[in-house]
Amino acid sequence: MPNSLELDLGLFIFMLATFIGLEVIRKVSPLLHTPLMSLTNAISAISVVGAILITGSGEATTLSKVLGFIAITAVVTNIVSGYLITDRMVKMFKKRGAKK
Amino acid sequence: MPTFVQYLYILAAGLFILSLKWMNSPASARRGVFAGEIGMLLAIVGTFLAFDVHNWSWIVAAFVIGTAVGIPIAYMMPMTAVPQRTALSHACGALAAALVGTAEFYQRQPTASKDLHGFIIVALVIETLLGYLTFTGSLMAMGKLQEILPQRPITYRNQNTVNFVLFAIALGLAVRLVLVPTDTWIFPVFAALSLLFGVLLIIPIGGADMPTVIAILNSYAGLSACAMGFALNSRLLIVAGALDGSSGLILSIIMCKAMNRSFTNVLFGAFGQIQTSSAKQEQRNVRSASPEEAAQILEAATSVIIVPGYGLAVAQAQHKIRELFDNLTRRGVDVKFGIHPVAGRMPGHMNVLLAEADIPYDRLVEMDEINGEFPQCDVALVIGANDVTNPKARTDKGSPIYGMPILDVDRAHTVMVIKRSMSPGFAGIDNDLYYMDKTLMLFGDAKGFVSEIVKELPARMAA
Repeated sequence: MPNSLELDLGLFIFMLATFIGLEVIRKVSPLLHTPLMSLTNAISAISVVGAILITGSGEATTLSKVLGFIAITAVVTNIVSGYLITDRMVKMFKKRGAKK
Repeated sequence: MPTFVQYLYILAAGLFILSLKWMNSPASARRGVFAGEIGMLLAIVGTFLAFDVHNWSWIVAAFVIGTAVGIPIAYMMPMTAVPQRTALSHACGALAAALVGTAEFYQRQPTASKDLHGFIIVALVIETLLGYLTFTGSLMAMGKLQEILPQRPITYRNQNTVNFVLFAIALGLAVRLVLVPTDTWIFPVFAALSLLFGVLLIIPIGGADMPTVIAILNSYAGLSACAMGFALNSRLLIVAGALDGSSGLILSIIMCKAMNRSFTNVLFGAFGQIQTSSAKQEQRNVRSASPEEAAQILEAATSVIIVPGYGLAVAQAQHKIRELFDNLTRRGVDVKFGIHPVAGRMPGHMNVLLAEADIPYDRLVEMDEINGEFPQCDVALVIGANDVTNPKARTDKGSPIYGMPILDVDRAHTVMVIKRSMSPGFAGIDNDLYYMDKTLMLFGDAKGFVSEIVKELPARMAA
């Protein structure tokens, strides 16, 4: 469990990741803002890790299992549809003269 | 946790960052999606390997159902429905974070003194608050985008006061939970208030503000995943959540700037409501034209800039516009598209629709770049856009849209506007563009009118 030292580390990581995110995303072409949003949405479905841990815990209560089950279903939907739709969208962007 | 899994997690975080970096251009975007997929796969496999996972039947069933729902959504959804699907996926992500937070809260009760103290409970409370309010808020946004709910703002008296009081109570309960985490009866009340607040926050926001709202909800969904990372002490979740949070933040800032409005104004302003009542209806003359006349003018032009808006998405006119684009390009007309950042219902909405119709992306030009070209442009053809072309934003200090950056359509030699009727746009503001001497109004459905123009064009070529 996190003690004070790990909180410190967590906040540090949060700060650095936010700055990296801001810098990287500022450079994303406005052409791709819609696929960007569905991609980041799929990435934030990494919360599937938390959902697996709570559902699969040895001490999981029935409540935990039910809530965890719904949570996993919801994020797996996001992961699958998020990546597939993003790919479907970015595939559509073609330069002039590219074959149809 | 075995060491190699920690390395897998680090690798996954790196891949997520690369994935976003490769979104900077359409050429590398597919690689970006692939990197994201690999990162996700590593994270999930790593989790199964590293932890002593029980209850496999529950987990496998959830994976199967999620996949079975996700695949048809991905392949069958029309591109015009992308904003709704995005709102729905924000709702799903936020719901998952909220439910995991709820489950953690109850499961840790027996060992509350050890596992629910200080910072962990703060993180759990933030996770559930953001999760639940983003869940219902995104569902409301989806309802508005799908037109199940009215797109107009739903307002009532003292709305902001009611919202503020509700939010204050929710915050009060949150503080109480942090101080006394074993007060389990507070939690359902707190969750219910968060859910309710999400609904009330979004219903007063109108359709035209959806690009900003979706971006803000995107940010919240990311931040709740991030808070989950703090509660579970998972650095990977912190990184991925922070990336999503900052992406939503940047997009919402871009959207706000493009409308010359602040966050608070978007969230609490109930745009459009006030203006509709005060818009005075005076009779002014407009010139209208037939598809044949429009075809003549387009044929004689050497450069044309098409300005698409939400009306294009509603009419599903993107494929007809491609035909027009192809036809004019074959005649040697230089055709470009001027895209306003808030055109449509989500950031980048128009680009996706036009790309779907196989219009090359180098023809899709951002507002700041295209604005210099209007004075040299023969014809500006506005299709389903309104407020983003209104010259009042530059000239009329009293107008609610004053100061909003617009596409300088009025500087083109000739302006043609395809529009169903003279009814004012979303903001309820009369558009001076329509009354200019050089403006021709083309009354009709965007898809129908464009296809009639296209029909006129080849006939003239033969003649």
